[in-house]
Amino acid sequence: MEQGAILPLRAHLNRVAYFLRLPRVSLGIGLFAVLLALVTLPCLKLLAATLIWDAADIRLSPAARPGAFTLFHWTRVFASDLSDALFYRPLLHSLATSVSIGLLSVGLGAGLAWLTTRTDLPGRRLVAALATVPYILPSYTYALAWLTLFRTERLGGAAGLFRFATGTDPPEWLAYGFVPIVVTLTLHYAPFTYLLVAGALASVDAQLEEAGEVLGASRAMILGRITFPLVLPALLSGFILTFSRALGTFGTPYFLGAPVRYFTLPTTIFSSMVTRTFATGYILAVVLIMVSALVIYANQRVLGTRKSFVTIGGKGFRAARTPLGPWGFPATLASGGLVLVAVVVPLMLLAWQTLMRYPDDYSLGNLTLHYWIGPSNPDLAEGEMGILRNSAILGGAWNSIRLSVIVAAVGGLIGILVGYVVVGGRGGWLARLLEQQAFLPYLVPSIAFGALYLSIFARSLGPLPALYGTFLILVLACVAKNLPFSARAGTSAMLQVAGELEEAAVVAGASWLRRFGRIVLPLSLRGSLAGFLLAFVTTMRELSLIILLVTPETRTLTTMTFRYTEQGYAQFADAIILLIVVLVLAGDLLARRLGRVELTT
Amino acid sequence: MSDDGLEVRGLSKRFGDVPAVADASVTVPAGAFLTLLGPSGCGKTTLLRMLAGLEFPDAGLIRMGGRTVFSDREGLFVPPGERGVGLVFQSYALWPHMTVFENMAFGLRVRRQDRATIAEAVRGALAYMQLEGLEGRYPQELSGGQQQRVALARMLVARPKVFLMDEPLSNLDARLRMDMRGELKRIHRDASATTVYVTHDQAEALTMATHVAVMRAGRIEQVGSPREIYRRPASLFVADFVGSPGINRIAGRLVAEGGVAALETPAGRFPTTAPANLAGREVVGAVRPEDLELSEPDGGHRVEVYAVLPGGGETVVQFHLGGERWSLKTSKEVAWEAGTWRGLSVPPHVLLLYDRESERLIHPAPAGRKVESHG
Repeated sequence: MEQGAILPLRAHLNRVAYFLRLPRVSLGIGLFAVLLALVTLPCLKLLAATLIWDAADIRLSPAARPGAFTLFHWTRVFASDLSDALFYRPLLHSLATSVSIGLLSVGLGAGLAWLTTRTDLPGRRLVAALATVPYILPSYTYALAWLTLFRTERLGGAAGLFRFATGTDPPEWLAYGFVPIVVTLTLHYAPFTYLLVAGALASVDAQLEEAGEVLGASRAMILGRITFPLVLPALLSGFILTFSRALGTFGTPYFLGAPVRYFTLPTTIFSSMVTRTFATGYILAVVLIMVSALVIYANQRVLGTRKSFVTIGGKGFRAARTPLGPWGFPATLASGGLVLVAVVVPLMLLAWQTLMRYPDDYSLGNLTLHYWIGPSNPDLAEGEMGILRNSAILGGAWNSIRLSVIVAAVGGLIGILVGYVVVGGRGGWLARLLEQQAFLPYLVPSIAFGALYLSIFARSLGPLPALYGTFLILVLACVAKNLPFSARAGTSAMLQVAGELEEAAVVAGASWLRRFGRIVLPLSLRGSLAGFLLAFVTTMRELSLIILLVTPETRTLTTMTFRYTEQGYAQFADAIILLIVVLVLAGDLLARRLGRVELTT
Repeated sequence: MSDDGLEVRGLSKRFGDVPAVADASVTVPAGAFLTLLGPSGCGKTTLLRMLAGLEFPDAGLIRMGGRTVFSDREGLFVPPGERGVGLVFQSYALWPHMTVFENMAFGLRVRRQDRATIAEAVRGALAYMQLEGLEGRYPQELSGGQQQRVALARMLVARPKVFLMDEPLSNLDARLRMDMRGELKRIHRDASATTVYVTHDQAEALTMATHVAVMRAGRIEQVGSPREIYRRPASLFVADFVGSPGINRIAGRLVAEGGVAALETPAGRFPTTAPANLAGREVVGAVRPEDLELSEPDGGHRVEVYAVLPGGGETVVQFHLGGERWSLKTSKEVAWEAGTWRGLSVPPHVLLLYDRESERLIHPAPAGRKVESHG
């Protein structure tokens, strides 16, 4: 046989043509180009912008020549008189708060996880159901509730409940800065570590613990020497991921830190943007991305090396519950109290605030529905109408819903397409490349991602008009930032659809569009609905990502809450956030319903 | 051969560095039932998928039904839908969101047939597969056997010229599998379509096929009729893979003895029908269990009975010979006890001789089409 004989060129061209015509290949290349434009390009553009004089820089330096190369911004941020205020102090604050939040979240989350999965705690089902709620709420919900409690008159605006009740201002360290930021964000993030650790604990077979018990080990020894090492990877991962999320969060440190000039990296980025020193903001964004990427890498290492032994299970699986005995009552009290503090109290405070005619008078006689349904009254909030009849706010609500639905739909479709290419690509280079691209936004903190989009789409770009101020830029930013999640959801949905189902249609002679429309899409949609709702919920509460991109025409509920807080109209701000909470909880509830349906069928 | 059968020549496919199919060639006439038989991972499914057009071969030629559907030299690749093939998957691949009717109508709708024709064709196929009344059901609502029938009906309704089947019976229980074998033979006979059938079950391959191709590590070891494959396996691998209990083997060397060669082994000397000029070759002798005869202890080679396994119709007797476990299969009554001694005789004409080095058959002369080996 003539093996190794040179094939005619036509045969090679034919092969290339065949592969390019394969839907997975052409689609994969197309998606790669889209992701390149949505993710990688902004990153490069941002980096470039830090090295070039901007027109606005003439205020900073007489040497500025717009468009020319310079290292001015980098030296200004890292090695100038301003460095301390621009970079080192915010960095220190960011690290201090994020590390504290990470540690406290792990402690709180792990404790609660152990109580609900491994003990006979009374009411553990209720605790478990409520424990995840804080994570679903927008992260700054707690900041606003905290302000309702501890706002001081000295820093402008109406005083909070503390002053109304005691007659004196609370100490500043309690009202603003490090302590409140850590406390409120811990409440928000603890459920995340709770979920991680509870998942790990649930997968530890009680027989492993019983084996220790049979050998005569004490409860403490079993907990310390068997259970703890088994869930250690989950604990580490919980710390690392919480740290990274806290690092990129903007709302809470802004509401609770900015009034006393306690700046973190995200809030410094924001003020750099507001004061039009863009390059400074971009450089800080680069730093945030680097730290975040490093942290994610660390997490991969942790999970990569130790994940293996958490997945113990098998046939004889049984979860034993430790009887709490005399500790049952205090444990119930503590966990119940925690849920109360984390879920019920903040929402009650916010609700109460919205019903107060004057924001510093907590007496019953001050209650009103004006800020919900009242007509314009020039004596109150400069004549703004109640939010449910206020066209500006309803417009914002419409924007929020529209944005969330579009982002969820577009992101969901892209996710399914990415999943289609990745799952069908059998680990080929295109599939891998696409997976990595889709993961990239995970490394970029939200506020930095907003900065990226501001940097690239503020001006017209080739055939693309300037997108700043359009609704489209919000859609693009949110879709791109959600890519890691939508790609993962799409991939897992696609894994449920056996490749043979499509191949059966290939053999029947169906075109790709027909196969995708009639077979692949309908089958993967079932697995994608929960992911769709998750994207809806995430977008609905998004603030950090879009705060830099929103203009009055495109404002959403979250950015309106932000503006009202800035202006001191706590009633409006809180009413809007309650509106968001209702929408978000409804979405989440629906997602859980669908999730359960999916599990049982 | 007739020109409208199936011809595969020099077909190869690698996945990365792993050769899944290497230089496979097989030709069968139209209407043949070809089984691709081999252990898992031998490349039989990849070969089938290349026939269907689901994999793009690296090299080679495929002709079916009188036309070339793939040729590396001509730069020709006919897409799956235009090859006139029908494919039944191991998992059936019934679309779970479509009813039985919709599943079967899909291929016809793709070809833009009108409503009445589709309904007619589907009804016909349903009746043929005894599935009447199930057209409104979803696949999940059917039993495994019914799903299998729907998968076959879906293939039949499009009237393909070539049937491709990838281990279609492996998900059925033993009884149902027996029934479906008969069903598949009936379908093949009625449609007289060339059929390629992938399986790792040698009994299935032998009972259903007109042609069997045994594959190993991407290569076709032997192509032949079931009888040829069973009686004259071209290599030790084929000899081992086909038949249950496995073929008995003993290593030795050929010596000349009275004009023919005899097999000299540590367990004694066995006469063969091989010519004396083969003397001196290092070989492995192989004998099917049903070809052996055990007699009174004074005749033949003395062996000690290790275990007796009565199986109803036939009985297997195990013993050791030359360090190897041997089996004898007989349909006669056996009253021997384990531990007793018997005489073993190996009739010379049933002894297959394989070259020790290449493990290929040297005597009797390999049957059927010569399988060229490259390397």
